[in-house]
Amino acid sequence: MSTPTQTPPAAPELKEVRGPSALGGGPRRFFDLLWLMSATEFKRIYFGTVLGYLWSLIRPLMLFGVLLFVFTRVFKIGSDKVEHYPVMLLLGIVLFTFFQEATTNSVTSVVAQEGVVRKTQFPRLVIPLSTVLTAAFNFCLNLAIVLVFLFAFGVDPSWTWLLFPVVLALLFAFTAGVSMALSVLYVRFRDIAIIWTVVAQVLFYATPILYPINFESDSTYERILMLSPLAAIFEQARVWVLNEAQAPTAVEAAGGWLGLVPAIVIFCAVCVYGVWVFRREAPRVAEEL
Amino acid sequence: MRHPAIEVTDLHKSFRIPTNRVDSLKERVVRPFSARDYRELHALDGVSFEIDQGEFFGIVGRNGSGKSTLLKLLASIYRPDRGRIRMAGRLAPFIELGVGFNHELTARENVVLNGVMMGLTPNEMRRRLDAVIEFAELEEFAELKLKNYSSGMLVRLAFAVMMEADADVLLIDEVLAVGDAAFQQKCADAFHEMKAAGKTIVLVTHEMSTVEQYCHRAMLIADGRIQQLGDPGEVGREYLRLNFEGGAAAAKVTSGTRDLRLDGLWLENADGERVENVEFGEDILLRGEVEVLQATPGVRIGFTLIDEDGHGIFQFGTGTEEGDPPLEPGDRLAISTRLENPLTSGRYFLHFGAQRHPDPRATVLHVERALGFHVFGGPPSQGVVQLPHESSLSVRERA
Repeated sequence: MSTPTQTPPAAPELKEVRGPSALGGGPRRFFDLLWLMSATEFKRIYFGTVLGYLWSLIRPLMLFGVLLFVFTRVFKIGSDKVEHYPVMLLLGIVLFTFFQEATTNSVTSVVAQEGVVRKTQFPRLVIPLSTVLTAAFNFCLNLAIVLVFLFAFGVDPSWTWLLFPVVLALLFAFTAGVSMALSVLYVRFRDIAIIWTVVAQVLFYATPILYPINFESDSTYERILMLSPLAAIFEQARVWVLNEAQAPTAVEAAGGWLGLVPAIVIFCAVCVYGVWVFRREAPRVAEEL
Repeated sequence: MRHPAIEVTDLHKSFRIPTNRVDSLKERVVRPFSARDYRELHALDGVSFEIDQGEFFGIVGRNGSGKSTLLKLLASIYRPDRGRIRMAGRLAPFIELGVGFNHELTARENVVLNGVMMGLTPNEMRRRLDAVIEFAELEEFAELKLKNYSSGMLVRLAFAVMMEADADVLLIDEVLAVGDAAFQQKCADAFHEMKAAGKTIVLVTHEMSTVEQYCHRAMLIADGRIQQLGDPGEVGREYLRLNFEGGAAAAKVTSGTRDLRLDGLWLENADGERVENVEFGEDILLRGEVEVLQATPGVRIGFTLIDEDGHGIFQFGTGTEEGDPPLEPGDRLAISTRLENPLTSGRYFLHFGAQRHPDPRATVLHVERALGFHVFGGPPSQGVVQLPHESSLSVRERA
């Protein structure tokens, strides 16, 4: 047996190798990777196409245009009862587009990164979170359009706009929780992709986007709607951004804090489940792929 | 003083191979309690070893022996079931011909991303970007998406990333299996450089010459256990022995009327033990068994020795004697041949043929590559055989 002729100058300590995990590898590396992956993905989507970033505007704007026409000209529910229906509709669409884009892309994200997952050790949680972050970049740009509409429709700036980040934080947390669970469950159950498109569609109609929640309307439906954390988040966004007198806060729409408890419980459950299931599955993802 | 770079203690890893895979929710819902059938595959079964810092360590083993699993455990891609791995310093893996690229991104983006995955900061990696692209000789294609890369370009890029990641420990899987001669030379140079720089390198390969050329020590894995650990030359020979065990596993084409059946064909050493490899210069002892299926007055059997490329080298044969009683179904014949071995190192095969005797009209059995074996230890030579010779050069006249 021949021995190596030269010993390296530095002798790093032996450290235990524990295998892949959701988070491992230090916060520095985690955030570097998260940022890098989101940014490159964002660039890839919008620099690879002719119209570039315009596409990300066109999609929600088209939806907005169609829905605005249907609900103000055909059914006339919007224009009569709600002060700033177009802005409310646009805000809802932009918020929901973020949620839908992030979660739908997350479903396949871990599987799509198979090559990387099977060959490199890195915190697995970066994958779904970077998908959410990419959607968030998009969302931030779309918010600029909302701002233009706010002024165009004569909504006065108010101090409650400062509370809008609270709504965003809640929406991000919820989206991240859903994305984590979906991305890692899809590795085992490929049905998730189909199921989720249907669920997302249902959620779109079950969230006050097309229609406003008013004080005078039937309260039973509203109570049911307000079971969804998304409904509460969207309603509160409308209150703080549009600052309308007739818009009830999430608490009021749910009929008091007690009515809001299910939504809060679901919110927490989804976030906790997302983190838990991802942490549980992350070490074995490379084997299941 | 020794500084271990990698320390593996009693490592276990098994995989569950589902016999009927349940991967839809429906099946889960419809039959929630049905026991799902698994077959446990013990990929690694209690492996312990240590690799010193600055050591070039080779891992060899047949396909499915567990060597790739070991590499993936070392690279933190799989989690061990039991046992412990400890490693000193940063690691750069090169597994399954790549370092994990996203094919939708350009080479530049992938290089930076990979560097960060290996533990560098984005800025450090951006500084090394040009060096990587240059090493891979892909300057013209740096902005091309990897999905448009050829496999050779991908491997070059992956290898370059690993080289420039400046890690303390490198895990390399089968890099020399691909790439053209120029790239292989580059890899070889890089290996020498890394070796000189005192990096710890773990190399998984099928190429015994690579192991003998670079490695300080080598390890042979078979069925998830360490079969041998130590001198690369010895490990290499053991690996060859293992690899050509039951050399009859090589592709066989059988034809003829099949009035006979070849029940076995093997090589023996002087002690009567079956062997798969013969050392240069040692006699080849060929043994075999044939069963008679149809009555015949007699048979002649013959062998053709061919080299790896199928070129015939030598023919030899034998047969039943004229006066022997006719053969009846169920009779068994033993083949025994002793051959001198002037063959140079390499792989050889034997075709087997049998004919009726004394009526040699029809071939009753022909088995192509009935036996494969290795000859090792011969002198380096261009030819297939080393013929006995005596030659001399003398001065006949002095001016």
